[in-house]
Amino acid sequence: MIEVKDLTKSFAERTAVDHVSFVVNKGEILGFLGPNGAGKTTTMRILTGFLPATSGTAQVAGFDVFNDSLEVRKRIGYLPENPPLYLDMTVSAYLDFVARIKNVPAEKRHASVEDAMVKTNIQDKRHELIKRLSRGYKQRVGLAQALVHDPQVIILDEPTVGLDPKQIIEVRHLIKGLAGSHTIILSTHILPEVSMTCDRVVIINRGRIAAIDTPANLTTQLKGGQHVSVEVGADQNAVTAAIRELPGVRKVTAESANGRVAAIVEVSPGQEIRSQLAAKIVGKGWPLFELRGVNLSLEEIFLELTTEESESASKVLTEAGELRRSKP
Amino acid sequence: MKGMYAVYRKEMGHYFVSPVAYIIVAVFLVLAGYFFNQLLSVIIQQAFQAGLEDQFGGAPIDVPSAVMRNFFGVISTLLLFLTPMLTMSVYSEERRRGTMELLMTSPVTDLEIVLGKFFASLTLLAIMLLPTAIGFAYMLHYSEPTAPWRVLASDYLGVLLLGATLLALGSFFSSVTESTLIAAMLSFGAILLLWVLDFGGNAGSGAWAQGVQYLSVFRHYDDFTHGVIDTSNVIFYLSFIVLGIFLTVRSVDSMRWRRA
Repeated sequence: MIEVKDLTKSFAERTAVDHVSFVVNKGEILGFLGPNGAGKTTTMRILTGFLPATSGTAQVAGFDVFNDSLEVRKRIGYLPENPPLYLDMTVSAYLDFVARIKNVPAEKRHASVEDAMVKTNIQDKRHELIKRLSRGYKQRVGLAQALVHDPQVIILDEPTVGLDPKQIIEVRHLIKGLAGSHTIILSTHILPEVSMTCDRVVIINRGRIAAIDTPANLTTQLKGGQHVSVEVGADQNAVTAAIRELPGVRKVTAESANGRVAAIVEVSPGQEIRSQLAAKIVGKGWPLFELRGVNLSLEEIFLELTTEESESASKVLTEAGELRRSKP
Repeated sequence: MKGMYAVYRKEMGHYFVSPVAYIIVAVFLVLAGYFFNQLLSVIIQQAFQAGLEDQFGGAPIDVPSAVMRNFFGVISTLLLFLTPMLTMSVYSEERRRGTMELLMTSPVTDLEIVLGKFFASLTLLAIMLLPTAIGFAYMLHYSEPTAPWRVLASDYLGVLLLGATLLALGSFFSSVTESTLIAAMLSFGAILLLWVLDFGGNAGSGAWAQGVQYLSVFRHYDDFTHGVIDTSNVIFYLSFIVLGIFLTVRSVDSMRWRRA
């Protein structure tokens, strides 16, 4: 449904999107994950025809976003970062206007507007001026605007920003419900959102794709001895020194309290040190209170990927991502 | 064209839900009404005096024509101040609020957006001018001998063309900035310059001065106030309007290219 190939967008002083390629299948929800300024919004703007790409191609529903911009725009519903609202309009008048410019036929317009309001649960605010609505309601009106013409492709830039937890859950349910009949791209920097709503994740950092995979795979990719949590009844310095001697240990962070040291050991991928670690501690005669492998949540992967210090982790994931991408 | 109509409807709604349109129209009508009243009484007085002098060989004054000529001269000056206010927020506000992104990612062409907005501001201008016709209707109804209706029609055509030109110009300046204040200042400055060109042209002579004079949007307006509809003047205004719309379309398109 969406095919992006080698997409690059350079602005005068920087490259915002750097040779990005990915495919979104029909009915899929793709999550765009990355820190601010990673190129999520720019990629979305290119897909919606708001910005032209410097090089590379992007196709939506078989139409090129640059050459057949109008055809693409007919098929896309788009919620930008800041919902594009006319504050002086009432909710229903605004949605009616959007339905008009999105070419919804006159006889269907009323039903489409009603439908969008029901889906986003804003029917009771229909006669209110948009400027009098709370942030959460404004966001939902923005969402309704993206749905009103029942587009094949829906692009949502940070759809849950500014919502309270209850509304966030509602919006996620709504997005989940739209999948199947619609193809959805959503961007976010909130990780649980991705693992909860998306079928696949694109992790993007500084304009480049760091990884593309399902949330489950991304998590397992980094687990298995990646992090080990250990609790030992001994002196902190002695414990960290002993752990550092083991092969494959990258970093040890320790904290001691009540005569016990709780340490998180970061291990190079593929290394299994738990048995060696246990043997070492027992060999030293220290009491071992706990030893377990820690699954990296997506949040940590994301931090690993996008924090400057952990270059190696990002390299690993980039390689993994490239492997995955090179598969047909 | 459906897209254009949708944008037009939205703009009209926007003008009339905000107090801006009402205030501009009210200010215009109060000033126009005052000038009409003043001109009428002063010119009637002059005519009365001239009538007295006529017995001693002076020329009579055609009151309706004199009032119309002077009144529409004043109107053109009022437009100079008021049209930038009609157009200043047309694009700048949408750029600032991010709604331009909605329009530009919807299946409407840039030309449809620009025309929809232009015709909406033109409609507001027409609505603003319409009530001034009441005064003329009264004046012409009571004037003797026959009333120069055709001169009045030519006056209104002229003022509409002049207004449309200023609106096209103002819309363009609104599309280049996110600030309504800057948009208003730029269009006001440009319009003022086009007005002053008339004086500049008067001072000099030769081809240069004539060329500069020709560009003055207000010079082409004079003929209309004398009841003369000269095709060249109409074409001058129409080409100015087309140029303004063309530049605005280019400017809207360029938003895609420079957004960082």
